[in-house]
Amino acid sequence: MDVLLQQILNGLILGSLYAMVALGYTMVYGILELINFAHGEIVMLGAMVAVSVLALLTALGVPVPLALLAALTAAVAVCVATGVLVERVAYRPLRNAPRLAPLITAIGVSIVLQNLAMIFWGRQYLSFPPVLDIQIYEFAGATITNVQILIVAVAAVTMGGLLLLVQRTRLGRAMRATAQNREVAGLMGVDVNRVIAATFAVGSALAAVAGLLIAAYYGIAHYNMGFILGLKAFSAAVLGGIGNIPGALLGGLLLGVIESLGAGYIGDLTGGFLGSHYQDIFAFFILILVLIFRPSGLLGERVADRA
Amino acid sequence: MKSKLLIALMLSSAAWAASAAAETTVKVGVVAPLTGPQAHLGKDIENGARLAVDAINASKPSLGGQPVQFSLMVEDDQADPKTATVVAQKLVDEGAKGVIGHLNSGASIPASRIYADNAIPQVSPASTAVAYTHQGFKTTFRVMANDSQQGKALGQYAVKLGKRVAVVDDRTAYGQGLIDQVVKAVKEAGGEVVGREYTTDKSTDFTAIMTSIKAKKPDVVVFGGMDPQAAPMVRQMRTLGMKTAFLGGDGMQSAEFIKLAGSAAEGAIGSSPGLPLEKMPGGAGFTQRFGEKFGKVQIYAPFAHDAAVVLIQAMLKAGSAEPAQYLPELVKTQIDGVIGPIAFDDKGDLKDGPVTLYQVKDGKWQAVETIGGPAAN
Repeated sequence: MDVLLQQILNGLILGSLYAMVALGYTMVYGILELINFAHGEIVMLGAMVAVSVLALLTALGVPVPLALLAALTAAVAVCVATGVLVERVAYRPLRNAPRLAPLITAIGVSIVLQNLAMIFWGRQYLSFPPVLDIQIYEFAGATITNVQILIVAVAAVTMGGLLLLVQRTRLGRAMRATAQNREVAGLMGVDVNRVIAATFAVGSALAAVAGLLIAAYYGIAHYNMGFILGLKAFSAAVLGGIGNIPGALLGGLLLGVIESLGAGYIGDLTGGFLGSHYQDIFAFFILILVLIFRPSGLLGERVADRA
Repeated sequence: MKSKLLIALMLSSAAWAASAAAETTVKVGVVAPLTGPQAHLGKDIENGARLAVDAINASKPSLGGQPVQFSLMVEDDQADPKTATVVAQKLVDEGAKGVIGHLNSGASIPASRIYADNAIPQVSPASTAVAYTHQGFKTTFRVMANDSQQGKALGQYAVKLGKRVAVVDDRTAYGQGLIDQVVKAVKEAGGEVVGREYTTDKSTDFTAIMTSIKAKKPDVVVFGGMDPQAAPMVRQMRTLGMKTAFLGGDGMQSAEFIKLAGSAAEGAIGSSPGLPLEKMPGGAGFTQRFGEKFGKVQIYAPFAHDAAVVLIQAMLKAGSAEPAQYLPELVKTQIDGVIGPIAFDDKGDLKDGPVTLYQVKDGKWQAVETIGGPAAN
């Protein structure tokens, strides 16, 4: 078995998940310069809704592909509704407030969503129903499963789709205009509120997809799962250059690979002095280095020149 | 505080003397989580203790020539260390003469200080952390094997399956303590620890550590931690193509583990202190008596039953419900309980506490072997 290749593969799969979540942070930041700390909870909602719907439908005997589609649809619907609602209720009234105010609100929203999920689903872990027939493939001494391939494929497709949306459509042009200058975009006839709501909707839909994939991959969902995930994805977005869509992709993949290699080799490198539970120090050490030498992240930040 | 207690004791004994003919009532505390996710296990403890107390009361016991009845004071610690100390204080204030509880080590340990300060004996039916009885208190006892006995059993069994053992722990007091004991036992049994990896009790991704463990080609992987980590860990092991045996402690020997791990749980081995109910010397009779009153035994009812018997027998033997009087008898306990012979070592731990290993077969935990215990010696 090739350990290095396997660790890199592990990292790329983990990184694809980070990247999909990081997109949600980066899109909102690009437009509003707001760090939407509640985004991790939206992913959690997506996972919880998907698992619940899937469990219910498979118990009723609905065919698996249909049940999966229904679970995805329900997760996307709930996440989009929540994302747009959160923007309308918690962020829009504060749009012209000092920058710290919406940041604190975002943390508050995150706590509220987590507790609502705890009340609704309870404290126990939900298990992803065993509907996926997991196939293990081997190549060059490393193993990969069909679910992992699916994760990478879905991440690639959604990322491509998002780039197309932003670069090629009317809505995308309106988003870019709003990101460059909200007031002027408004003067040019862009409905800024609608564009911002759409940004939240798109980010939340991605979060729902990511939530479903994460639940399928790890087999469990829990009301608390969004917090650390959100933190990692946010770091990935910063690493790649927050506000920059290809940056979120790069940052996510990089963070995943660094974490994997870190956890895999830190014990051997330090002679057992630091164990694999210190895997995060690698990731954050590199994050600090990047921020020292490239404060705007690896791929820079398109909105940096605005201030 | 102490003198107040003394006065209270003198007053109460004076009251007993005055009502010489009347029956006296001795209060015994029962504490366990009766709400929250572990509520069913807490109720199991309460019911087990109640069965014992009802049987003893029916036998018309007498204490120093006086007829006596025992009554249970039931408290809910919510499996929470802070609440545990609050209800412990409440039991002390309301005059409990002994305590059966708590369930969780995290609750038993902080509460034990309050009982010790007031010289009230505590017999836990479920707390396994070594630290609970190793604080230097004379009042802490348990009727279940501790994690050092459990780690030893796990380590010995691991070496039977293969000499090359890899271990993972979640860096909690429980996980780390258990794995330290496993490592010791593996080395003593002639095995080799080929890898030691760590995770946290909040992680879900173990592919990186499992990949480095896989490279070390172990025969067995032993995990110290709880089921929310154990389940995804064994899943990820299998998707990495590892067919290695997977072992863990009582933190993963749960129905939840099988539910969360699905088909990957098959073949996994988990240890749990005590004998399986059907193998306990008094198991069959207990299951029947318990079933008539309360229904199905979860896990802890027989242990709580014996904890109550041990406590009350010591009082009856000493002819007094005063802790200072009956504590020496409690230390000398020598009885055949439902769970097997019960005697305490100098720490208050169960002597030769047995540990049973279970394996997942056809989606259910099934007992495969019992290690240790007086029956085996």
